[in-house]
Amino acid sequence: MNSKMQREPVHVSLSCPLAAAPSDQIQLAHGEGGRLMRNLLREHIAPALGLNPQWDDAASCDLGASQLAITTDSFVVSPVFFPGGDIGSLAVYGTVNDLAVSGAQPLWLTLSLILEEGLPLATLEQILISVRQAAAACQVALVAGDTKVVPHGAVDKIFVNTTGVGQVLHPGGLGCARISAGDALLVSGSIAQHGIAVLAARENLQLSPAPISDSAPLHRTCQRLQHALGGQLHAMRDATRGGVSAVMHEWALATGKTMQLIENLIPVTPIIRGACELLGLDPLYVANEGLFVAAVAASAAEQALTTLQQQCGCHDARIIGQVVDRQPAPVIIQRLLGNWQSLDEPAGAPLPRIC
Amino acid sequence: MKYLDEFRDPALAEQLLKQIRQAATRPWVIMDVCGGQTHSLLRYGIESALGDVVELIHGPGCPVCVTPASILDAAHRLALRSDVILASFGDMLRVPGSCESLLDIRARGGHVRIVYSPLDAIEIAKTHPDKQIVFLAVGFETTAPATALAVLQAAALGLENFSLLVSHVCVLPAMESIMLSPHNRVQGFLAAGHACTISGGQPYKTFVDRFSIPVAITGFEPVDLLLGIHNVVQQLESGSAQLSNCYARSVSNSGNQPAQQAIDRVYQLVDQQWRGLGMIAQSGLELREPYRGFDAASRFGLDNVSTESATPTCLSADVLSGRIKPPQCPHFGNTCSPERPLGAPMVSSEGACAAYFRYQSMSSESASGRK
Repeated sequence: MNSKMQREPVHVSLSCPLAAAPSDQIQLAHGEGGRLMRNLLREHIAPALGLNPQWDDAASCDLGASQLAITTDSFVVSPVFFPGGDIGSLAVYGTVNDLAVSGAQPLWLTLSLILEEGLPLATLEQILISVRQAAAACQVALVAGDTKVVPHGAVDKIFVNTTGVGQVLHPGGLGCARISAGDALLVSGSIAQHGIAVLAARENLQLSPAPISDSAPLHRTCQRLQHALGGQLHAMRDATRGGVSAVMHEWALATGKTMQLIENLIPVTPIIRGACELLGLDPLYVANEGLFVAAVAASAAEQALTTLQQQCGCHDARIIGQVVDRQPAPVIIQRLLGNWQSLDEPAGAPLPRIC
Repeated sequence: MKYLDEFRDPALAEQLLKQIRQAATRPWVIMDVCGGQTHSLLRYGIESALGDVVELIHGPGCPVCVTPASILDAAHRLALRSDVILASFGDMLRVPGSCESLLDIRARGGHVRIVYSPLDAIEIAKTHPDKQIVFLAVGFETTAPATALAVLQAAALGLENFSLLVSHVCVLPAMESIMLSPHNRVQGFLAAGHACTISGGQPYKTFVDRFSIPVAITGFEPVDLLLGIHNVVQQLESGSAQLSNCYARSVSNSGNQPAQQAIDRVYQLVDQQWRGLGMIAQSGLELREPYRGFDAASRFGLDNVSTESATPTCLSADVLSGRIKPPQCPHFGNTCSPERPLGAPMVSSEGACAAYFRYQSMSSESASGRK
């Protein structure tokens, strides 16, 4: 099973963190991750394919002398151009980042395009230039591709799939299995920027200044961190759909530990915070496209922070909590006034088509 | 962030908690009217911090929760018509009608659009002249001015493909209904700050005088809520019953008069069915005669759109009127959860059951591993 099927975090919002009633049809919320997406994978997709789903960002393929990481991702973001990026660069960075947080050097990409009849050629060319520039910036080669055209209305302008192949730099060095109680939890930057930027652009919310997506490649940052920390770096995960909350729930599920967060340590810029307040969203559930969460041995937490802030330009990186032995809830958070609460899992979605 | 950080200041909150505990000589029963307040009280742990000195019960101020299922059923029928696009605030999409939600309807091919403002629905009407655009107009005084403006704009533009499915409600008649109930236990109110921003404090003075009960107009941040609770507790302890404005940075005595005028120009009071609470006299809004043409119910020949069809097992009436707290419902967390809701309070972002489900407190021992 490919990597994307294995992970599928979520998307959710605060204003509507609740899932829809069970239904015998696919609903938009099924595509937004969290409980509904996981149930879809576990109860329908994996059994139908005779597979046992894993929950990592990329599949690992052992070739004897070396180990390959493989991942695939489809991009349906609306609008296709948004502040800070577009569907072309997003399709490159999204797949590169899944390889990056798996500890792999991204090497090759495939590119599949599904185009809507009537799409202006100029729009397609603009997106392709963005793909090319992003791939060059990441030093990945575009090695295969496919193009399909469907009648007007069968897709919305353009859908893009990329599959990425990379070489795992230190096999066995990273993964949920290495997370242990006492580990510090870090984020590499201010959260929720991508989801809010896309939402504001799509809904013409006219926020001023306009929020800008954090869409960016992470492989260099991930490699520097791994180089600096060695075996002290236990796991990384890019916090896309479902945001940081989704990653925390996935790690809690995979490790049997509890992820413990401190709300007032979590970095959120004033612009994003203002937008989230206005829209009733919790930034912990909003998508990022250039941000990862890391689990690091407690003794290396400060070094990890210094490396991110001083060597990687991640000035907003913060330690946001720690891993503890299992509590009554998988993810808990200390609110601003000091009270502890269970942090619910993303489970349903008023923000479709964020990536 | 100005007007937020100072009202979330942990030291100030701690000080107010202490003052409330010192002031209260017996466990007073105070109702927070608005669902947004309910969520803040639970999110910030205020309810559990005050549990032994103030009993907070949560009122009917969740617009999603009190919208009759029959209105949603009518919206579902409209959304399934090939000539209609139904526009709605996102909150309404998950709420079950008699058997389905708008999300189900959309998955079945119904035309449902989420908008952030009723004026967005006007834009859809302008760009889709071949479709009828129906906006699901729900909510309290806070949303009614915007839907009134949409009607005025549609009238000015001569838009013939725009209409409203109206189920607006007013806060004060619901508070009166709670006070008149033989089961009432409420001894003081935190009035809903946002609704008061529109209506102003003045209408609440009549309420306070009529029922001799303390009311504090209260905001939504933790310090706001604690100021309101402190004020009501002080009044109860001293035997006074007055209207206090603890949200003066937003609420004036006369309120937002242009908004009031827009409501008054477009709507008139009507007896209204509340989901879970039943019929409350003169508690809803209907379009006035010059604007009746924008009424979707009559345009599409929908009958009985505001009759109640309660889920027999759901105790939402008891929750919405404050007779029980969500965890006291035998279905809470068992047969009723956000993924399998029996009623709207478990679905809505302002619903009391959803708030209890979402902000489940952890004991302080949970923090024991914290450095």
